[in-house]
Amino acid sequence: MTPLRSMLGPKGWAAFVAVAVVLAIGVPLLNLAAPPGSALHLPDYLVPLLGKYACYAILAIALDLVWGYAGILSLGHGAFFALGGYCMGMYLMRQIADRGVYKNAMLPDFMVFLNWKELPWYWWGFDQFPFALLMVMLIPGLLALVVGWFAFRSRVSGVYISIVTQALTFALMLSFFRNDMGFGGNNGLTDFKDLLGWNVQARETRVGLYVASVVLLGLAYLVCRFIVASKLGRVLVAVRDAESRVRFLGYSVTGAKLFVFTLSAVLAGLAGALYVPQVGIINPSEFSPANSIEAAIWVAVGGRGTLVGAAAGALLVNAAKTYLTGAAPEIWLFFLGALFIVVTLIMPRGIAGLVQWPSFARRRRTVPAAAE
Amino acid sequence: MDAGVHLYLNGVSVSFDGFKALNNLSLAVDRGELRTVIGPNGAGKTTMMDVITGKTRPDFGEAFFNGEIDLTRLDESAIANLGIGRKFQKPTVFETLTVEENLELALKSRRGTFATLFAQLSGEQRDRIGWALRTVGLVGREAELAGALSHGQKQWLEIGMLLVQDSQLLLLDEPVAGMTDRETAATAELILSLAGERTVVVVEHDMEFVRALGARVTVLHEGAVLAEGSIDFVQNDERVIEVYLGRAHA
Repeated sequence: MTPLRSMLGPKGWAAFVAVAVVLAIGVPLLNLAAPPGSALHLPDYLVPLLGKYACYAILAIALDLVWGYAGILSLGHGAFFALGGYCMGMYLMRQIADRGVYKNAMLPDFMVFLNWKELPWYWWGFDQFPFALLMVMLIPGLLALVVGWFAFRSRVSGVYISIVTQALTFALMLSFFRNDMGFGGNNGLTDFKDLLGWNVQARETRVGLYVASVVLLGLAYLVCRFIVASKLGRVLVAVRDAESRVRFLGYSVTGAKLFVFTLSAVLAGLAGALYVPQVGIINPSEFSPANSIEAAIWVAVGGRGTLVGAAAGALLVNAAKTYLTGAAPEIWLFFLGALFIVVTLIMPRGIAGLVQWPSFARRRRTVPAAAE
Repeated sequence: MDAGVHLYLNGVSVSFDGFKALNNLSLAVDRGELRTVIGPNGAGKTTMMDVITGKTRPDFGEAFFNGEIDLTRLDESAIANLGIGRKFQKPTVFETLTVEENLELALKSRRGTFATLFAQLSGEQRDRIGWALRTVGLVGREAELAGALSHGQKQWLEIGMLLVQDSQLLLLDEPVAGMTDRETAATAELILSLAGERTVVVVEHDMEFVRALGARVTVLHEGAVLAEGSIDFVQNDERVIEVYLGRAHA
């Protein structure tokens, strides 16, 4: 009897540790220890950029967990990312205290500008980092739990779940644009000063945020890998391929979907929270439906149902975006559209389908060329 | 109610857009009995399975399992956990999982989401999977993707899944469709060995196979029971010849 696939093989762990060391130790050393001007020096502007990519990669892994494994194509994952970002933004706004333009110790500048007299109740507690961190996970998680509960219990799936989630992020975007929501309206939250007492603009803080993003990326990958390698992971794949059959085996399809959807939203929220201090702003455009669709493209390009592929897809597409929006901004959207079409038509398994990942190679060896 | 009755359908009616798929159907199957259900297309055989397994809710009537549990009030997974297993007309195995993983998912075990997340196969469970592989003749193919199996092998895998699920009531919808004669004979033998310990209801078109099972036959027609008895009895029933056998042999 062959053992069922384990979480990561010895080679998989070796690759994971190697990549983790390069990203979490190598990159900071190249920035901080190599003297500026030397060939090895990593320019300062690249650190938050790489940190931003790491946050996108976490979002991609979170989306791959629900789409690639459970078959839930969420086109609203950007909403969970943005909500986590707003929670962090609220903490950062409270840290400004009386250093704002209006020198109000209690109220952020935009509230003073709107002539508000006191802090709305839902801003209470956000001056405390542990509370803000809790909310970063709780708000996206609760939203996913409630939306998922209604949707999955009513057996909303396939394209309909995509429409529901897309509508969700669009509705949130419109709400957050309104000034009387109390989240800075159109301008969002910005002019951050410090995070846990560290100046967010400082080089060391940026390196710290980058390392935190990479560490979270590694943890998110391991948690998701644990899930997909467990029996629950096989239940999810079964749900993706033949949902009603899983019910006749006695499993709760609603429970399994709700678990991964909620966990995925929490991961997306954490990614958003790390993203905001690195880019220095959060505004309602982060809820834009296009953002969520772009995230689905990263996963499709990298390869659905692989986790590693999703992270690689996020990195590659965003590197291309950074380059193209600088070099030839007018062709970026055409490039993105063309990329999606090419991947869908000729590379249905994405980049990961071209490369043999260890876990796939191990599995493929056992399967002879198409029987029947 | 008779303690010996395992499944009892009482006046079940289902209609789809005015078409009566089941029309006041009543049926009792004893514990440990092997029952075959035949009938022309559209007689309501699959709809009957759908009602028992919770896929379709009847407009009227009840379906009692073990005497007191009304299945029409439960959903599919609750019914499966009561010990009712179903093999579908079209073989539905999980094609992107291996043969062994298909059996692992079917294996009787705690079905909760968190229990599933941390589940590890015990030695006893591995033995059970091994036993099922031997029983359905898939030894040596456990690491293959189920999608790579032939049609007949998928049917067998699905039967293997019912075996490890440890269901007390097995509903088999056309278990020998697409099988060779030899596979059909082996399947008949397997089903006969299951009855007694478990209750088995087989829906089938293949009269040779029904004869080989030699069990009590229920003939459905237009959503109701037309005749019931031994294969010889129903084959000589004039109404049965009229609606089903006559047409099939014409």
